[in-house]
Amino acid sequence: MFNRDRWNEILQVLTANWFRTVLTAFGVFWGIFILIILLAAGKGLENGIRADFGNIATNTMFMWTQNVTKAYKGLPKDRNFNFKVDDVDAIKRSVPGLRYISPRNQSGGFQGAGNVIRGMKSGSFQIYGDYPEIIRQQPMDITSGRFINYSDIREKRKVAVIGTDVRKSLYDLGETVLGSYIKVNGVNFMIIGTYHKSNTDGNADAQKDIYTPFTTFSQVFNRADNVGWMAITAVDGTPITGIKEDVFSVLKERHSIHPEDIRAIGHFDLFEQFSRVVRLFGALEFIAYFVGVLVLLSGIIGVSNIMLIVVKERTKEIGIRRALGEGPWSIKKQILMESIFLTIISGMAGIVFGALLIYGINYILEMNGPVDMFVNPNVNLGVVVVALIILIVSGLLAGFIPANSAIKVRPIEALRTE
Amino acid sequence: MIEIKNLHKSYKMGSNSLHVLKGIDFSVAEGELVAIMGSSGSGKSTLLNILGMLDTADSGDYVLDGVPIENLNETKAAQYRNKFLGFIFQSFNLINYKSAMENVALPLYYQKVNRKERQEKALNYLERVGLKQWATHLPSELSGGQKQRVAIARAMAAEPKVLLADEPTGALDSKTSYEVMDLIQKINDDGNTILVVTHEEDIAEMCKRIVHLKDGVIVEDKKVEQVRASAYV
Repeated sequence: MFNRDRWNEILQVLTANWFRTVLTAFGVFWGIFILIILLAAGKGLENGIRADFGNIATNTMFMWTQNVTKAYKGLPKDRNFNFKVDDVDAIKRSVPGLRYISPRNQSGGFQGAGNVIRGMKSGSFQIYGDYPEIIRQQPMDITSGRFINYSDIREKRKVAVIGTDVRKSLYDLGETVLGSYIKVNGVNFMIIGTYHKSNTDGNADAQKDIYTPFTTFSQVFNRADNVGWMAITAVDGTPITGIKEDVFSVLKERHSIHPEDIRAIGHFDLFEQFSRVVRLFGALEFIAYFVGVLVLLSGIIGVSNIMLIVVKERTKEIGIRRALGEGPWSIKKQILMESIFLTIISGMAGIVFGALLIYGINYILEMNGPVDMFVNPNVNLGVVVVALIILIVSGLLAGFIPANSAIKVRPIEALRTE
Repeated sequence: MIEIKNLHKSYKMGSNSLHVLKGIDFSVAEGELVAIMGSSGSGKSTLLNILGMLDTADSGDYVLDGVPIENLNETKAAQYRNKFLGFIFQSFNLINYKSAMENVALPLYYQKVNRKERQEKALNYLERVGLKQWATHLPSELSGGQKQRVAIARAMAAEPKVLLADEPTGALDSKTSYEVMDLIQKINDDGNTILVVTHEEDIAEMCKRIVHLKDGVIVEDKKVEQVRASAYV
């Protein structure tokens, strides 16, 4: 392998016809270049979409009540029902593997025009009664003050956390927000914090919510022990998709709903959505490898072809070498090494150029600010290692047929060719 | 040194086969300089190829320096060629992108001699054929006679038991031919066994023994009084 004469000879042979060598190398260069670029582009898309999911606990589902669609136990269909506060404990008891259950009540939004007043200003905002865990299920940055805590829940404090857009409509610039009061549906709440959601999912109203303690909300807005909505997160490693039916069963049992009534409880399974996206990335990566390897393959066929021609041109030389006593294995090795060397050199050039292009794209992205759904395209070291392995294997394959044809000719016939 | 008995060789040409060697018995002792003569088609090149292990006989025995040559695979044949034989060809067969010295060093490389020793030996042999100052030149920069002398140096570099020369003067003018024969005679004087295939009478006369082949059999095998090539140079 590290034989000076062998390497000398490889260089002598490959540099004997520069133009041909470069053209041949280009095929492999192009293949690996395309592979790297495709993989990086896929990674960029993946990073972009993952950034959209943000640091949400993706193993989460949201559920709410709908109308019952089947009569059961003497109860009619089309009736309304509500989750109860007790349901939370019941679910915790009966379904293992859950991490957070956050019940929520809400009011306002687009129906509640002018539901929030502060002095002379008013606005209509979504009001939530929430538990502290919700901040882990729907992450937000607390920009000042704090979020709701369990003391607030226990003591039913009339406190609220408002979004940056709420602050903008109700406060003048520079006004003190923390400790001031707003009036929500006629009830005063003290502001204890402001938030900003960095990941909005395209929702323009994301910064226009007001969070209050669940217990306070239920009491002051007369929700009794009803729960409108729940966010349920399972522990890592237990997909929520697998255990959500258990949750539904518990609730159906408790609310006398027909076990096969699938429309009584509405839900949104974030994990399922997320898995779908993850599968999409898998498919993208597969396509990148597929296309890249096929392009590379055509390059390898090119190398194989040229090696065949080189061997043909050197038939007589090979004959002489064999007459002088070079073994067939040595000749085979020589041709395989030439082929691998050519493949690896051109492949490395492809990797380097691909990396430079990715670097350039990243630079431009940084200069021009973020683009939707495309963040930091890159290839990791693992991909480069895989590419190198592909190159070595393909160099071997490319050299295999020519190497065999080189020793197939008998020395005496090889010597006779001109 | 060389011992062959009842050697047969035929080539298949489509449906009919051509019987080229029809039972050759032949032996060469150490230090001999033998000319193998014959018209084209007499089988002399085939005989040389079989002796050189570039071709195999259909039947018959071949013993080289006490080693029976039989059932050769390519790897083994290559080893034997490298160890026992040196080739000198009509068309020189130098590798054109290697310098004279690299060409001479090539058989030593296959013997896995280390680089430094290889170069020393190659230079030494080039000096013996009088081409030391041409060591770094490519074959394309050498004249025909010089090329053949490089080829002779290459054949001798591995210190083989037997040198096989296939029409060594066939591509050279007569003056250069005599120079090359002079060199071959000197090498023979040092005790090397040499076989020369030729169809030129004057070249054959410069050997010590002439074997005539005709239609695949030896028709004449005689010792001759050697004509020294130096007389013509």
